[in-house]
This record gives sequence, C-alpha cells and structure tokens, in this order.
Amino acid sequence: MSTEQSYAPGEHPDMAPPSTEVGIIGWVRHNLFSSTTNIVITVLTMYFLYIIIPPMLNWLFLDAVFVADSRDDCRAIARAAGEELGACWAFIGKRFEIFVYGFYPVEERWRVNISFIMMLAALVPVLFDNVPYRKHALWFSLIAPFVIGWLLIGGMGLTPVSTDKFGGFMLTLTIGVTGIVGSLPIGIALALGRQSHMPALRMVCVAFIEFIRGVPLITLLFVASTMLNYFLPPGTTFDLLLRVLIMVTLFSSAYIAEVIRGGLQAIPKGQIEAADSMGLKYWQSMRLIILPQALKISIPGIVNTFIGLYKDTTLVIIIGLFDPLGMGRASLADTKWQGLSTEIYVFVAIFFFVSCFSMARYSLYLEKKLHTGH
Amino acid sequence: MAAETSSSSNPSLFYRLFFDKELRSVTIQVITMALILAFFFFIVNNAVTNLETIGKGYSFNFLWDASNYDINQTLIEYDSRSPHWRAAIVGIINTLLVAVAGIILSTIVGFLLGVLRLSSNWLINRVVYVYIEYVRNVPVLLHILLVHGIVVNTLPIPKNALMALDGSLFLTNRGFYLPKPLFEPAMWAVLIAFIIGIAFTIWFKGYARKIQDETGKIYPVLLISLGAIILFPVVVFFLAGVPVNLEYPELKGFNFKGGLVLRPEFVALWIALSLYTAAFIAEIVRAGIQAISHGQTEAAFALGIKPSRTMQLVIIPQALRVIIPPLSSQYLNITKNSSLAIAIGYMDIVATIGGISLNQTGREMECMTIVLAIYLAFSLMISAFMNWYNKRKKLVER
Repeated sequence: MSTEQSYAPGEHPDMAPPSTEVGIIGWVRHNLFSSTTNIVITVLTMYFLYIIIPPMLNWLFLDAVFVADSRDDCRAIARAAGEELGACWAFIGKRFEIFVYGFYPVEERWRVNISFIMMLAALVPVLFDNVPYRKHALWFSLIAPFVIGWLLIGGMGLTPVSTDKFGGFMLTLTIGVTGIVGSLPIGIALALGRQSHMPALRMVCVAFIEFIRGVPLITLLFVASTMLNYFLPPGTTFDLLLRVLIMVTLFSSAYIAEVIRGGLQAIPKGQIEAADSMGLKYWQSMRLIILPQALKISIPGIVNTFIGLYKDTTLVIIIGLFDPLGMGRASLADTKWQGLSTEIYVFVAIFFFVSCFSMARYSLYLEKKLHTGH
Repeated sequence: MAAETSSSSNPSLFYRLFFDKELRSVTIQVITMALILAFFFFIVNNAVTNLETIGKGYSFNFLWDASNYDINQTLIEYDSRSPHWRAAIVGIINTLLVAVAGIILSTIVGFLLGVLRLSSNWLINRVVYVYIEYVRNVPVLLHILLVHGIVVNTLPIPKNALMALDGSLFLTNRGFYLPKPLFEPAMWAVLIAFIIGIAFTIWFKGYARKIQDETGKIYPVLLISLGAIILFPVVVFFLAGVPVNLEYPELKGFNFKGGLVLRPEFVALWIALSLYTAAFIAEIVRAGIQAISHGQTEAAFALGIKPSRTMQLVIIPQALRVIIPPLSSQYLNITKNSSLAIAIGYMDIVATIGGISLNQTGREMECMTIVLAIYLAFSLMISAFMNWYNKRKKLVER
C-alpha cells in the first residue's frame, strides 16, 4: 500500500501555499533575505539603525525635559531622574509665542490669529475643487490677501504695527505666501514672453530670467538691503520687509518661468495651429488651449519651486529679519537658555518638514487628479 | 467684402499701429524697449544723484588699498596688508573649493542613494526614502547650522582630540587635522607617468575601436585604461623610492601645529551642502534609471549581449541622457548655495568682498557689482559646459 494518493484530472483539492511563501515569513524572505547581497544589506542597515535610532529617541523623548525654568533646571531635573541630558524642550515651550508671533505686540496678536484662519479658509477653495459653493468661496480667496494685509499692518481703524515687529513663523508665512501668490502670474508672463515671436520682448525676458537664475538669492537680498535706496529718488525710503518680498517674488518667478517654459515646449505645435485655424486670437488660444495643458504638466516643477521658495525664506536672517531661526538664535542671548541651539534647529526643522512635505503630497494628489490620459 | 478691402487698404497709420497684426508687434516692442530704457535711465540717474549727495563716486580704485583684515582660510598668500582685490581672489578660491568638493561628494553619495532607493531590499529602500524626504524638506541653511553646531559643540577640544587612523587624523572642534604630503622633486616622474597613462588611454580607445570594427575582436578597454592611468603611475611612484613625506599634525600648546587642516566652517559647509544636494541627485538618478524601459534590457539580452556590456552600452548611455540636464542644475545650485557660508563664517566671496570689504570701505555698489558678476560668470560657465556635454550625449533624431 503506498501512501500516495492519486486524483482524477481536475479533482485535486486546492492546497494552502507553503507557509514560507506567504504571510510575514514569506514577505520577509522576499523583501529582506532574497539573495546574499540582500542579506548583507539588510544586516548592515539593521546595525546602522541600531546605532542611530536609540540615541536619537533618547535625546528627543526619553531623556528630554519638557517643563523647566532654565537650562540649569533642565540639567538638574535630568540628573535627579538619573538620566543623561537629553533635549531641553522646556525652552521651546517657554518661548513658543515668540516663535509664532515674533515681536508682534501682545495685545494685537488676535489679528495674526484671524489672518491665519482667513488664510486657511482662503486656501481651501483654491486647493480642492469639490468644496460646496466653490465659486463664491473663490471670491473670498481673492479678497482675503488684502484683508490679511490690512489686518497685519493696521491703519484705517486698527493700530498700525510696523513691519520690523514681524517675526517667527508668521514672518515665514508672510514671505512664503506672498512669494507664492506673486510669482506664479509673473512667472507665466515671463515664460510667454520668452516664447514670444517679438525679439525685443524675448530678449528682455531671457536677460531677466538668466540674470536672476545666475546669482544666489542671498546676494539679491544683500542688494535689497544695502543698495536699493540708491536707486530710488532721493529722500524716499522703502520698508525692508517690502523690499525682501519683492526680491523673493522676482527670484522665484524666474524659476517658475523656466518650469512653465518646459511645459509650453512639451505642447505639440499642432495644438497652436489648431487654435489658429479655429480663428482664436493669441490670448484666447493661450487661455483656453495652451496654458491649461502646459500648467498641468508643469505642476510638479511649480510645486518644487514653491517648496524651494518656502525653504529659502530662512535666508532673511542673514539680512537681519527674524524668522523662527532668527528668533531662536536671538533667544539664546538669554543667559538662562544659552547653548540650546540644537533644540531650536530641530524644532524649526520639524516645522519646515511638515509644511514642505504636505506641499509635496498635495502636488502628488493634484497630479493624480489631473491625469486624464490612459 | 468690398468694405473690408477698402478699410484695410485705406486705414490711418495710427489705426494700423494698434490693430494690424504685424505692425502691432512692432508697436509693442518699441513700447517695451522705451519703458525699459526709461526705467534704467531712472535708476541710474537716481544712483548718480544719490551718490553725489553723499559724496561717493563710482570707482574701483579702493581695490588696490590695503584690506586691513585677516581671512582664516587662505590657499594663496594673503595677510591684512594685502589689497582688497586679493581678498576677493581668496574668496573666489574658497567658493570654488567648497563648490568643487561639494560637487564631488554629492555626486558620489547621490548616485549611491539613488541606486539604493531602487533596491529590491525593502528595508534599505525605506531608510533611504525617509532620509531623502527629511533632507529635501528642510532648508539648507538649517542643515548648515546644524552640522556646524555638531562640529563645534560636540567634537572635543584639541587636547582631547578624537584620533583616527593611527594618529594621522584628528577630529577636534577647531577643525580636522590630516597629515600633509610634502613632495620631493622625483614626484615629477609620477606626474609625467600619469600624463603618459592618459595619452595612452586616448590612443588605445581609438585603436581598440578600429580593431573591433575590422575584426570584431573586443579588447578589455576599461581594464587596460585603468592599468595605464592608475597602476603605471603607482609603479613609477614606488620605483622612484616613494618621493613623498607626510608631515603629521602635532599637539603644541592649545592647538595642533603642522599637517593639513580642514577648518570647522569648511567641514560643516562641505558636508551639509553635499548631503543636501545628494538627496536631490538621488531622486534625479532614480528617475533617470526608471525612465529606461525594461524592454531595452530584454532586447539587449535577446541579442546575446552580456549583462555588463548591456549596462555599459544600453542602459547607462540612455539614463545619462535623462539625468544630465537636471544634474547640471544641481551643480549650479551647490555653487550658489555655497554663498550661505556667510551664516557660519566661512570666508567665501560673499563674506570677503561682499561682506567685510563692503563694510570697511562703504562701497556697496562696487562690491555687490563684483559679487554678482562673479556668480553670473560661474553660472554661465557651468551651464555652457553642461550644454556642450548635453549636446554630445543627445539623441540624434530626424
């Protein structure tokens, strides 16, 4: 008697796959230990993580002190608990308002809060097209920047606040959002100018774009802070923040222009010819045929430029404006908190990571939504 | 119809300037140029008036005055009695030094990360992804300050220096100390051997191609070239009796003397810029490799081409075509981002002529003109070179 069974064709019962091929074991075998090289890589990476992760977790959370009155206090608390000295987050906690509002007067801070909420509310209909009453909401988005500007600067019934009081995350958002809103239309105009058939117009656009792209932003900010007054009629002075806003906007518009030019060049010539043969005028064919297609393929590049602009707002500390990094470094002058620069850098890094990463994710979402091909 | 013909044959010139398609473009261009010229006239006029009011001229004569300040990292001879133009040169060299060093390191790390990002190993793939996303979404200035903080705050003072490689490398918060090679005259022989190696390689490549075209025989070009360029000079180096002495850094008093020193500002800027740019390069490399369809590899295998030759002849040339244009703009970025040196006190062009010289002489216009002109020259040179290279590698189409 043999133990082997025989089945008629087609009668074999379905068997479960071998346990080494499915579930966690199968996944590990396929993704981590599939070949000798893979085994070596996996082991090395695990060792590397073992070296890096525990000290990082210790510093960030386990040994960190969250409530204290000074750096020595932090140290004493850590010693009392028998721990090594980790991060002293108490510093960030105590200075949190300064990080957010800068030097903005305490009694006027509600204006910043309202501006922030208005900004978020204005962004929603722009970013997502399935919100109810979007058409009406977009009018709100159009008016919001002016209202926010009035709220922040004051005047006309509100106490005026000078722009050198702006600081912290509020300053970052002011520069970042103004740059983003301003540079897109200027960038589109420059890109169209560069593609134009009129040589003089094209030359001007090319010269502007290549000049801006050829020099670092920091030198342009230096020009704005040291030299700009020479170029204005004698006796006029010009707000430093406004100068920075103009420079940042112009700077990123040159990069936007190049991204959009790439998009424009990718549109087949037949599209323009078709628009011409339909009798559309230049602006009509641009608005209805060319730009919608060109902008769609440029979205990843445009968002990348925006992320770059947003990150570049940190450079303003070099010409003496106080963004979160600047506020943090200024707070270090307080003898109670000296030497805590790493905490500040990590805190600001988290803020930038969250904002930039969400922008990148949004661009992925938009790309997927607008992908109308096969 | 008749009305239309008559109106187009008999319009006033003024009407045609705005409504005739051809003439309108001339009008627009003339107006643009006029506006731009007016704008330049306006700002130049203002600048002249303003400069006159405060009694400053516009002249570059100050460049020949003594600079009266010291620079902590100089590759050429320089002291506080040297003129401002020499300070500018020192700054340019420092900018170039960190840019070139950064380009080399970021390319190596970036290609490595890009390949690892495509690895089928889930763990390394995720780790590299997290690293790339962290680095790309945090400002480069923050990276520079963070690395500088780590170098200055956590490394020990020279007395307790971290020692590596048997006392030839010391890591301290005053910088990294390496042995300095001192060359003897016989080193010339090695240099000549190196040049001969390169010349031989160029000739041999042509010769091997000719033989392959004629007979189909393939020489191991890469191996022989490497032998000629690397092995030959090394052999000459040893035959000449190792014509190099190493000067080791020694602790004297509070700091190390002798040896080669990499200052902490340079180290921080170099590492931060390289790691930041490497994350972008990794994404470019990944996109470039992914852009090559799998069919290319399969087709090459079907033709019986070996995997190594497939990589060399089919995949890499096509991937490079996708990679090079964005890579060149990353090289430009690293050069421009090196201007952030000023935040940690590395004396590059912005910190010397655009910083201390500017503050000492009060000549904002002239100093900024020099700085802007130098960066423009760098950028135009890099992009010209990259365009030339790109054109060589471009797909020749109909």
